[in-house]
Amino acid sequence: MSAIIKSVETHPLTWRMDKLNGQLLDLKTYESLEGFSALRKAIKEMSPQDVQQTVKDANLRGRGGAGFPAGIKWSLVPMGDAAPKQKYLVCNADEMEPGTFKDRLLMEQLPHQLIEAMILVGYALQVSKAYIFLRGEYVVAAERLNNAIAEAKAAGYLSDNILGSGWGMELFVHTGAGRYICGEETALINSLEGRRANPRAKPPFPQVSGLWGKPTVVNNVETLVNVPAIILRGGEWFKSLSQGKSPDAGTKLYGMSGRVKRTGVWELPIGTTAREILEEHAGGMQDGLDLMCWLPGGASTDFLLPEHLDLAMDYDTIGKAGSRMGTGLIMAVDSKQNIISVVRNLEQFFARESCGWCTPCRDGLPWTVKVLQSIERGEGRPGDMEMLEQTTRFLGPGKTFCAHAPGAMEPLQSAMKFFRGEFERGIVDAVKQEEQVG
Amino acid sequence: MSTAKPAQAKTVLATDRPPRYSFHPQDREEILHSVHHYDDPRAACIDVLKIVQKRHGWVPDEAIPAIAGILGIPGSDIEGVATFYNLIFRQPVGRHVIKVCDSIACFLTGYDELTAAIKKNLGIEYGQTTSDGRFTLLPICCLGNCDKGPTLMIDNDTHGPVAVADVPALLERYV
Repeated sequence: MSAIIKSVETHPLTWRMDKLNGQLLDLKTYESLEGFSALRKAIKEMSPQDVQQTVKDANLRGRGGAGFPAGIKWSLVPMGDAAPKQKYLVCNADEMEPGTFKDRLLMEQLPHQLIEAMILVGYALQVSKAYIFLRGEYVVAAERLNNAIAEAKAAGYLSDNILGSGWGMELFVHTGAGRYICGEETALINSLEGRRANPRAKPPFPQVSGLWGKPTVVNNVETLVNVPAIILRGGEWFKSLSQGKSPDAGTKLYGMSGRVKRTGVWELPIGTTAREILEEHAGGMQDGLDLMCWLPGGASTDFLLPEHLDLAMDYDTIGKAGSRMGTGLIMAVDSKQNIISVVRNLEQFFARESCGWCTPCRDGLPWTVKVLQSIERGEGRPGDMEMLEQTTRFLGPGKTFCAHAPGAMEPLQSAMKFFRGEFERGIVDAVKQEEQVG
Repeated sequence: MSTAKPAQAKTVLATDRPPRYSFHPQDREEILHSVHHYDDPRAACIDVLKIVQKRHGWVPDEAIPAIAGILGIPGSDIEGVATFYNLIFRQPVGRHVIKVCDSIACFLTGYDELTAAIKKNLGIEYGQTTSDGRFTLLPICCLGNCDKGPTLMIDNDTHGPVAVADVPALLERYV
């Protein structure tokens, strides 16, 4: 692996990490490394609408998995004197997509970067309060973010008149108590309100009626931390970061898990190929193992094969190949794994984490698990393949309240497409079954 | 026939009863502090459950109406929330709670062997507590530590990768 020299120009999210030398970034260090200069610039030179427009022009797409353009999401928020006094910004730091470990890094290593980003976006949307919805298990991140908020408050970055702008906001860390579904934006809002994390019907969209019925924007950690650099260096610079590898803009935190030589997270131009991530950064598969298939960005993305490794890891390219980039953290499934067991593990996860709100998801997922378990034992019955195929349709997009069950169907449908023989091998054929009964 | 008045039955009003659960003064303070973070006290519900759980290790039955009282919402709502979230315990747990990540990245890197070793070492299954009240064993969804699988948490500490051979020494650290 060639040594990567990180600079502010090429690695807007992680360049400071090299300067840390293992030291936790305090406010003074952060300020000495361009910290809070984007916020100062925005408040001194830009109107909230200018900040919004700059991010829109930069084509920053949501890094939580869906890839929705952040500027367009924000444009639905009512602005101006007629807008409600209470508006909220919520950072989705409920990182729970299996295989994803990028936001943990950003929050544990660079808490002030997220806090500056949130104040900056808070200014752009003129919010009154902001929350970091942090999963309960991230105890180190919680402590460091709370310390960073206290430092920012003491330095005047959080007040009722931030840097003399006449606008102010409060910022709190809200820690969750588990459940994957909290990462779904409307379920997250219910959870933040102190309710069970069931999703809400859309419309109305949260930007119009979200937390406590007021305009609310929910953005992922990685999406937010891109904003300060965009404000300092502009949209054209941000677009150039992809180095022509993709029509998408910026860098992306890519990562690798599974049985590869070096697991980890790397900030790379968006559109870097999966092969470069696997072979150059992760050092390839561990000795004696081959790559069987891979999940591009979490448990709720379709499997891809080794033949897809040369695809650019961006939203549209991976989408056209029949999967989704998702969170961009690749999981390598090696040739020693039993694909049926892998899919069964994935579906068990989704079945347990279903919130139970709507029937296809609550009943369909455990049923899927049971069928997969019997195929795994070699006791599948004729008709099981058809039943699983039916499930991928009945639990698919548009049939359920939220994206949980459709997400669960993605690895199943792609595994059935690519490894049909493995499934069929687990099914007792009709003749044999009759003999057993007879 | 006696003219003596029958002994007056003493009426006890519901409000005279001593509260069945009273918050520790420190917890009460923490609760009120948390409530101020939100525009509606209900939102502090998860925080309050966590504060109570920190005190007792779990959320005892009698705390539910007390939490309902302090937040001004029905007890059924508190119970609904308490039973929804997997990090809130509505039954007693051991002094240390082991949460083993059973999601895909850890599954690919040795979850089955690790969980079998822990179960064997402690002599318990998922959802059980050792007879000495030391450990409770639970599965948990992806801990976001996938580069270091297989991963587990004991109380607030994340450990990974955990080799089967490391299990006895690791458990020894939690008395």
